[in-house]
Amino acid sequence: MSGTMRDRFYGTAEELVDADERIAVVLADIGTGRMPDAERAHADRVINVGIREQLMVGVAAGLAMTGFRPIVHSFAPFAVERPFEMLKLDLGHNDVGAIVVSVGASYDTAVYGRTHQSPEDVTLLSALPGWRIYVPGHPTEADQLLRAAARTDERVYLRLSDQSNQLARPITPGRLHLERRGRDATVIATGPLLDAALEATADLDVTVLYMTTARPFDADTLRASLTGDLVVLVEPYLAGTSSAEVAMALADEPHRIAAIGVPNVEHRKYGTWQEHNAAHGLDARGIRARILRALSRTA
Amino acid sequence: MTVTIPALEYSDLRRLMDFQLGDEKHAPSATSTLDVIWVLYDRILRIKPDRTDDPDRDRFVLSKGHGPMAYYAVLAAKGFIDVETLRTFGRYDSPLGHHPDRNLVPGIEISSGSLGHGLGIAVGMALGLRARHSAARVFCLVGDAELDEGSNHEAIAFAGRVGLANMNVVAVDNRSSFYGWPGGIAARFALEGWSSATVDGRDHAALEQAFNLERDGRPHAVVAVVESKA
Repeated sequence: MSGTMRDRFYGTAEELVDADERIAVVLADIGTGRMPDAERAHADRVINVGIREQLMVGVAAGLAMTGFRPIVHSFAPFAVERPFEMLKLDLGHNDVGAIVVSVGASYDTAVYGRTHQSPEDVTLLSALPGWRIYVPGHPTEADQLLRAAARTDERVYLRLSDQSNQLARPITPGRLHLERRGRDATVIATGPLLDAALEATADLDVTVLYMTTARPFDADTLRASLTGDLVVLVEPYLAGTSSAEVAMALADEPHRIAAIGVPNVEHRKYGTWQEHNAAHGLDARGIRARILRALSRTA
Repeated sequence: MTVTIPALEYSDLRRLMDFQLGDEKHAPSATSTLDVIWVLYDRILRIKPDRTDDPDRDRFVLSKGHGPMAYYAVLAAKGFIDVETLRTFGRYDSPLGHHPDRNLVPGIEISSGSLGHGLGIAVGMALGLRARHSAARVFCLVGDAELDEGSNHEAIAFAGRVGLANMNVVAVDNRSSFYGWPGGIAARFALEGWSSATVDGRDHAALEQAFNLERDGRPHAVVAVVESKA
């Protein structure tokens, strides 16, 4: 099956709405018209609240309180940043679940500028308790993770991106996937940055773990796979977002962390996500340079 | 928590509120809502203290969360909370905080306290009940100052547009909104397609009548005017 993560999402959401009367989709204009069959057949459960993102999350909470499994969907800045207190309280403090599905990732639509860029999303949601955060690297993985989320009542953030790896991996929700075993260091490559990380380390003797569940962080697999004292985090959102998780997982192990990700600066560039990746050292060349620098300091 | 059915009356509420000490800051909020909440629980809402998980119960949503002493007093009078629990109000291990938590008290529908959240959740509840073809209704209490929060107006506009007829708002107006509502609060709802009524928030018969007004397939707002906070 072809298409971007976003394309696959609409098809799967439509299928889920049709198959399970608990599933409801709440939109704030973004995505309307992309699930035409479900919008027609299940108009009471495919709800567009208009450009009202605070209401989108509040409505999802109310739906959850009346027995539904809501899927909330918008661009990352409008699904996470604008209604952040609703995510914290309406869902979290009230202890009800929803699946928040974002598109746009850090800067997929970079040409629209800072207003549509959200490299902070995972950091923000990581600050809230009880969220499961999925960062798929391929449309097939995104589809698998959405279906897994639909079977639970958890609070789930599913971060879709235009960026994708060439091939899907046989991932298990909640677990790091062992991509390659080496001897000198451990690289944790997140979501759509796996291909770039593999290219960057093709001739390096390093273990590569593939992360599609960012939270809860899979400390067990990291500890079991740990290679050398250097852990390189490669994340497509703010650099260091998972550094504290790695540090806690390895609290009793001597280790160093090299955190590669999007710098926390005020971004004022347009263009494409490829240009942003290159500028932030998140292409294969930039990742390789950072890893070689970190390895050169290995005792 | 032990739940007893004490069959207490309106005249007992002040005594029950007196059990709850320590939130003087929110005392005006508590007294302003007292009659509205009593009338809802005594005459309007179809809910039972031993069936707080009934999927077809009416929902009462205390959006503003402030001054819940009146709410807790009514819940105690109606058998949702043990009366003695009121004396634990605000203590570290008490289920009764200065803002309510649905996870600590069966019968409390939402955890609230940050203004501007309840109405959106209530709209979601009403949509969910409508999708399930339930006859249950949702009643959401907001304060006139709480309406300053823009999130409320997202919910008011949307509910009006989609004719959410099982949705009810009661806005308790004690003139605490800093800039006020020129033209009246009811007009704001009416403009968005709600039916509306403005009544004396201390008049039980008038409140009951206002809640029961025919709304012609529209959501319904009752503005309950009480003494000015100032």
